[in-house]
Amino acid sequence: MRRALQWLFMLAAATAAFGVERFPPPDFTNGYKLPVTSVPPARADFFNYIDVGVLVLALSLAAYLVIWKRSRRGIAALTIFSLVYFGFFRQGCVCSIGAIQNIALAVADRNYALPLAAGVFFILPLLFALFFGRVFCAAVCPLGAAQDVVLRRPVKVPGWLAQPLALLPWIYLGAAVLYAAMGATFLICRYDPFVAFFRLGGSTGMLILGAAILLLGTVVGRPYCRFLCPYGAILRLVAPLAKWRVTITPDQCVQCRLCEESCPFGEIRVPTTGENVKRREGRGRLAALLALLPVLVAVGAWFGHLGSVQMSRVDPNVGLAERLWQEEHGRVKGMTDQSKAFYKLGQPNAVAYKRALDIEEKYRTGSLLFGGWVGLVIGLKLIALSIRRRRPDYEADSAGCIGCGRCYWSCPVERARLGDPEARKMLEEQEWLR
Amino acid sequence: MANERDDNKISRRDLLKQGVWYAGVIGMCGSLGLVAGKAEPRTVWQIDPDKCIACDKCASACVLGPSAAKCVHAHAVCGYCKLCTGFFEPDPNGLNTGAENQLCPTGAIKRTYIEDPYYEYVIDEKLCIGCGICVKGCNAFGNGSLFMQVRHDRCVNCNQCAIATACPADAFVRVPADDPYLLKNNDRKAP
Repeated sequence: MRRALQWLFMLAAATAAFGVERFPPPDFTNGYKLPVTSVPPARADFFNYIDVGVLVLALSLAAYLVIWKRSRRGIAALTIFSLVYFGFFRQGCVCSIGAIQNIALAVADRNYALPLAAGVFFILPLLFALFFGRVFCAAVCPLGAAQDVVLRRPVKVPGWLAQPLALLPWIYLGAAVLYAAMGATFLICRYDPFVAFFRLGGSTGMLILGAAILLLGTVVGRPYCRFLCPYGAILRLVAPLAKWRVTITPDQCVQCRLCEESCPFGEIRVPTTGENVKRREGRGRLAALLALLPVLVAVGAWFGHLGSVQMSRVDPNVGLAERLWQEEHGRVKGMTDQSKAFYKLGQPNAVAYKRALDIEEKYRTGSLLFGGWVGLVIGLKLIALSIRRRRPDYEADSAGCIGCGRCYWSCPVERARLGDPEARKMLEEQEWLR
Repeated sequence: MANERDDNKISRRDLLKQGVWYAGVIGMCGSLGLVAGKAEPRTVWQIDPDKCIACDKCASACVLGPSAAKCVHAHAVCGYCKLCTGFFEPDPNGLNTGAENQLCPTGAIKRTYIEDPYYEYVIDEKLCIGCGICVKGCNAFGNGSLFMQVRHDRCVNCNQCAIATACPADAFVRVPADDPYLLKNNDRKAP
């Protein structure tokens, strides 16, 4: 009898643990049929192949329009298409910028299944950049397109402001890779300023940020691309190797200076004159900066080390552990959703503390690397600024030019090529003057 | 122009550049092949109903409005209660079937009489905003047959799901795209 009671008690405990069937489902007598829970399927696989196909086509068309057709109008039309397809139709996901994080996570975590589309979206624009420069930025990227269409009256960003700001994409890249690899969060997706517009909804903060960037974009050409985009930073490394690249003039530069102000992104480099190349002085400075580089890396790593606990707080597990500790020691009253969810699991707090400490331990190395990376980026930027190359003609910057094609029409040689009689006349005068 | 160079001679810089270029092309084509070759089964987001605490983050955090996460009903688990605590204010003392006691803010749950004393509860998904109020009520006093699920006719499968970021219970998981639901016990099939 006792054994039977014990048995019954255990059975009751077991059902209580699962927490369901307080009320046994009834046996109906009137032939009632249970409705089936509907399970609408996920988006079919072949749509992903369509996305990849559209990407290949758009990149190829962009390369043709930028390098061979030299048609600003065509590039603008493709920009609109990309904005509509990758932006509003595909709602900004998958995108090459975010794919950086998928790659970082896939490298760091063997168990993570890299989505095919993310992998292809990361690699293809880089491969195209090796051949044609940054044609992805020119007319395929929906984020670039959103900023390109709002640009109205570009003002020049002065060098003292533009150069330090140009460091941000590298720092952002470092942070995004770190947090993605740590499995904490996808920073780039979380703070994508335009995705809320593509989806016609999102948090108020992100909508305001997006609106602010678009508003700024009416007078500053593509602020996100130039001063934040981490994928643009990677493309900057690859684009200078391009086989074919944007040339402002289709033929020989006549040094007329008409293109000088045509680039809204400040990426046209003026010819060097004899005076601004002082070799001896420059060499001394370069040597000093090369010596400074390891110092900057070390200082950066040290600062990173100091901020390791702050950096680890981005991980929700660390925040949860801190909250649990405060609740346990009576420092705060009440519970948050997070702590409630943890208590529901029925685990002791020590489990959360242990997990948080393990994560903090990982960030000790991670923050060191991130700090060193920031130092490296600053050092290399200083070195790059002090290297002067001889440049005989007006040229588009091989790393910064995104191939929007706005400078083509400012060149009289281009206009003459397309049969503008006035430009031809001017050129004749010019050559006659020489 | 000024820099006339012997065109047959390749400068050190150009040689280096060419080397890097070829390495880049080969590397990228290789990794492209690698990515395509070991394409894993695609995954989508889903809510683990055992972890879900039915907070209101699903309704507010999703990038879509209304949210892609909605309440679904596993009829096989449902007790067909007359006084359903997912449908009415879960207050055992004052519980009655008065319309003012209904929980759902959008009136998305339809209650139909089946046979004494059983009532059927069906969710009108067009109206559901995923607030989880009914889920909380059903879990607290009922069988837990109402639970949250990501509806894949709406979900855009963001790389970083905004609800997953906000979810306090860490209940958002990635599941294979060809089996994208984590439904509650459905063993009891319709007769």
